[in-house]
Amino acid sequence: MRLREIAFARSGDKGDTANVGLIAFRPSIYPFLVKEVTAERVKYHFKGICEGEVERFELPNLRALNFLLHRSLGGGGTVSLMLDAQGKTFATALLRMEIDVPDHLLDGTAD
Amino acid sequence: MNAQPGAPEALALEEASAAVGLEEQPLPARVAPDGGRRVRVASGQGFWGDWQEAPKLQVRRGAIDYLMLDYLAEITMSIMQKQRDRDPAAGYARDFVSLMDDLIGDLLEKEVRVVSNAGGVNPEGCRAELGFAFADQSLPRRPRVAVITGDDLMDSLDDLLAAGHELRHMETGEPLSTVRDRVAAANAYLGAEPIIEALRQEADIVVAGRSTDTALTYAPLMHEFSWPADDWDRLAHGVVAGHINECGCQASGGNSLVDWREIDLTLPGYPIIEAEEDGTFVVTKHPELGGRVTWATVAEQIVYELGDPREYITPDVVADFSTIRLRDLGKDRVRVEGVAGRSRTDKLKVSIAYHDGFKAVGALTYAWPDAVDKARRADEILRGRLRHLGLEFDEIRTELVGAGACHGPLAGPPSDDLPEVTLRVGVRSPDRHAVSRFSREVAPLILAGPPTVTGFAGGRPRVQEVVAYWPALIDRGVVEANVKVETMEL
Repeated sequence: MRLREIAFARSGDKGDTANVGLIAFRPSIYPFLVKEVTAERVKYHFKGICEGEVERFELPNLRALNFLLHRSLGGGGTVSLMLDAQGKTFATALLRMEIDVPDHLLDGTAD
Repeated sequence: MNAQPGAPEALALEEASAAVGLEEQPLPARVAPDGGRRVRVASGQGFWGDWQEAPKLQVRRGAIDYLMLDYLAEITMSIMQKQRDRDPAAGYARDFVSLMDDLIGDLLEKEVRVVSNAGGVNPEGCRAELGFAFADQSLPRRPRVAVITGDDLMDSLDDLLAAGHELRHMETGEPLSTVRDRVAAANAYLGAEPIIEALRQEADIVVAGRSTDTALTYAPLMHEFSWPADDWDRLAHGVVAGHINECGCQASGGNSLVDWREIDLTLPGYPIIEAEEDGTFVVTKHPELGGRVTWATVAEQIVYELGDPREYITPDVVADFSTIRLRDLGKDRVRVEGVAGRSRTDKLKVSIAYHDGFKAVGALTYAWPDAVDKARRADEILRGRLRHLGLEFDEIRTELVGAGACHGPLAGPPSDDLPEVTLRVGVRSPDRHAVSRFSREVAPLILAGPPTVTGFAGGRPRVQEVVAYWPALIDRGVVEANVKVETMEL
């Protein structure tokens, strides 16, 4: 299953860093995201795109994780030659991630 | 409410809480049912070039108290500086003047005040142009326009450097002296104080330069509710309100992943903040307009361009976004509360723009069959010709639009049966000649390259000057904002 089936996201830029905010569709999904969608895993997922570190911040109040993908935008801003120099499409790039979701999170019995 | 197409039924988006019923109708007036005051700050522009109808609809299709217009992105100041270099009267958002020309009668009649950073690098020039625009109108009274200056550090830059303010790059740590001779613009991000002063002097329209985006929303709230400048929690609520407002429609259904097919964005209502004295607020929109305000649209905007959520730094307060509580009240109303703030820092952020070489991007489209192979071959040929010319670049970047330009390797290998693919090649160099020469090497591929190519109607790729961004910090004490409020002659 892909991450997009249990979460949604929005992305943007700060210089050469892209940010991706990942939000669980339901509260019961959030602890699973915290456990599974680690900074290391996101760094590996964006192999060939993110050349720097990946930082992760938790926002349990919004059942969200915020990722900073450093050195991902070809220099960023006006310097970048990338079509997506502002990382606007990184949100759905993250949502491509393949993930094994336990049944009890999908059938609603966890709530 | 369905999640994305293909999502299991069980995973429909769950609203945080659907406690509809308490204070949940749009208010016709500024007085809440409980007798408390509400102040409505409407978002009208999220960037320079945003939808011009949005602010008009905000003023004309419902009741608001303030209209906030954000024109400045990180790099906008340098573009405006370039315009001012060519014409001393330019250097601000010109479309702001035509917008005010159109709206001023409504604004005065409905007592809606405008707070904007449309002044760019020339707020005085902007005010002068507003004067010319208003002179032709018959208005119920003469509008009062405030101009905020003092953010522009260009003239004092060498003095600051000499006095030991190194203006080191916030990410690389390099001192500004390494690029000093190439600096095009330098502006401090001003906070709420000058805007509050302008409103205290009864300005109808506030024209600031590099004002902090979020302050355009929270300064009116501080003014209306007389919040003390050290009431960190209430200020932090105001910052969240500002963050929600500053990207226009992105908080009211624009660019929203959840249910995007179902949101009518033909004539969307941009977000409106309905704030209360205690700092808490409701995000909403005019009911008769399109768009949508839900837990999801607001949450998406809150995480947009977010760094460390516990450290959202503004000139007036440090807000902790990990404390925000959202409650979906239904009917396009989302309540925001619980935001904690900490004392402001002793620094102001400075946005510096400097010249950093040249770039150009060219594109050609290849059709079926073998579109990807043709585009790749064309790229090899082009690179070979650039080598033949002995041209050197800091970077040559090739992307195949339609075959993974956005998601790169994550998109997987492209199909060999694509109907068409656009080859997009960009180059960057300190040498203008090299970039200019590159721009003449794209068109020849039409006749002297792989077959079934089109899409060169736009002509030769334009050589663009790269103006790069240099964020820095400076001691708060060395920046002095000025406010001038004038009644316009008619």
